[in-house]
Amino acid sequence: MGSVGAKEIPELLNAEGRRIDGRRLDELRPISMKVGPLTRADGSAFVEWGENKVMAAVYGPREVHPRHLMQTSKAIIQCRYNMAAFSVDERKRPGQDRRSQEISKVITEAFESVVFTEEFPKTSIDIYIEVLQANAGTRCAGLVAASLALADAGIPMADLVASVAVGKVAGRIALDLKKEEDNFGEADMPLALVPQSGRLVLIQMEGHMNRDEIREALDLGTKGCREIYERMRQALRTRYEVPAGAPAPEAMA
Amino acid sequence: MSEAVSAEIQTTHIIDLARTGHRLDGRGVDEWRPVTVEPGFVKSADGSAMVHIGNTAVLCGVKLEIAKPYPDTPNAGVLTTNAELIALSSPTFEPGPPQPEAIELSRVVDRSIRAAETIDLTKLCITPSEKCWTCYVDIHCLDHSGNLIDAAQLAALGALTHSTVPAKRFGVGDRDYPLEVSHFPIECTFVRLGDKIVADPTFEEETAGQGRLTVATDEAGNVVAMQKGKIGAFSPDEVIETIERSFRHGDRLRNLVRGN
Repeated sequence: MGSVGAKEIPELLNAEGRRIDGRRLDELRPISMKVGPLTRADGSAFVEWGENKVMAAVYGPREVHPRHLMQTSKAIIQCRYNMAAFSVDERKRPGQDRRSQEISKVITEAFESVVFTEEFPKTSIDIYIEVLQANAGTRCAGLVAASLALADAGIPMADLVASVAVGKVAGRIALDLKKEEDNFGEADMPLALVPQSGRLVLIQMEGHMNRDEIREALDLGTKGCREIYERMRQALRTRYEVPAGAPAPEAMA
Repeated sequence: MSEAVSAEIQTTHIIDLARTGHRLDGRGVDEWRPVTVEPGFVKSADGSAMVHIGNTAVLCGVKLEIAKPYPDTPNAGVLTTNAELIALSSPTFEPGPPQPEAIELSRVVDRSIRAAETIDLTKLCITPSEKCWTCYVDIHCLDHSGNLIDAAQLAALGALTHSTVPAKRFGVGDRDYPLEVSHFPIECTFVRLGDKIVADPTFEEETAGQGRLTVATDEAGNVVAMQKGKIGAFSPDEVIETIERSFRHGDRLRNLVRGN
């Protein structure tokens, strides 16, 4: 990890077992999710997670561009994860760097594992994830936002996809790393879970963990995903709940 | 019969076979194709290795050049890994800017080498903030018959293991000396075929695969990198089992690279 040339390593875990921001090892950062903030998109969501701010929009199923990507038996999913130039400390050159392209690929594949793409042949479901402010875990926040946006767009899928990163910080397995923990920790493992099936559709990992630590991390990570999942369901309920005595549903549009 | 239809029939066949524990080429689910590592294949490189896994062929060349350290790592050299899926290696690859598949391949190989601290980058520093070695690891896929990730990673490690630092040629030392390799990460890739998870997938098995999982392990019992790819999913128990299998294969392949 980023230890080469590091100037000062902050104390990541204090004597009381609290992390740099006061969290316990198994504690998530504060999260808020808003479904449907954008008017032009078919579905959208805004997720604030710790110091991350991520917006996602879904368009489609719609015509495929470029046309040669069209598949006759199913819809294709095209996901573009992008970081705003101002989202990180040092200005990021705009556009798709290799990291963004890799993340777009693995997120696309995660969603292709749950969306019923065969219901919309010859179409494209386009997912745009814009990271507006970044503080580690942006691909997880992006996945969560995109998952909510897909639901908001009414795209049929097996389940929502919930996501969180686990890692190793000061020798201990910790949930939902923030930037300092990601930079100076020993390992980082972003996961995405399909809660109903208990299966993982995104697994990445970098750093050092032995067998037992991986086991513990997978356990903590899936628990974290389930916690996120509950928040996601709540966010969708908040968006779509019809208050008692409200006008008929068609007036809600 | 169109290619899509024949691929569909073959996919069904491969998955049916896997259910009974068999594979198209007669291997067991955990069995690899024959692996060969041939160091020093290209004399113009400072290190190189040709790797075959069955019909899959990947060549890696290492070149070292003098550069200036990055401002945020004044005491370290630079390691850059790049993999190209050249059009020569498959009818489906086209010339042009790298596609997501090539970018993922580069980054997954790079991740294992970097995370395992294969090369101690501080040893590539010549004069802090002024002069360092940049180590370019360039991977050329020659025949894509499946499991490019493992072949590419093995080629990269093989080339680094047999590389020379050209100090004399660049006038920063009296003699060239071997590049020091501190750790030996090995990447192992698996694909799901129905309820089976098979090691070292062929091209046909990758096409039929319902999710791909790559695990990089080092010689000290650590997992150093992982990547799930393609459409599909794995349970946490399956991930743990796959890691155990990666440790076993890793030990064998590591010996092959180190020439033990």
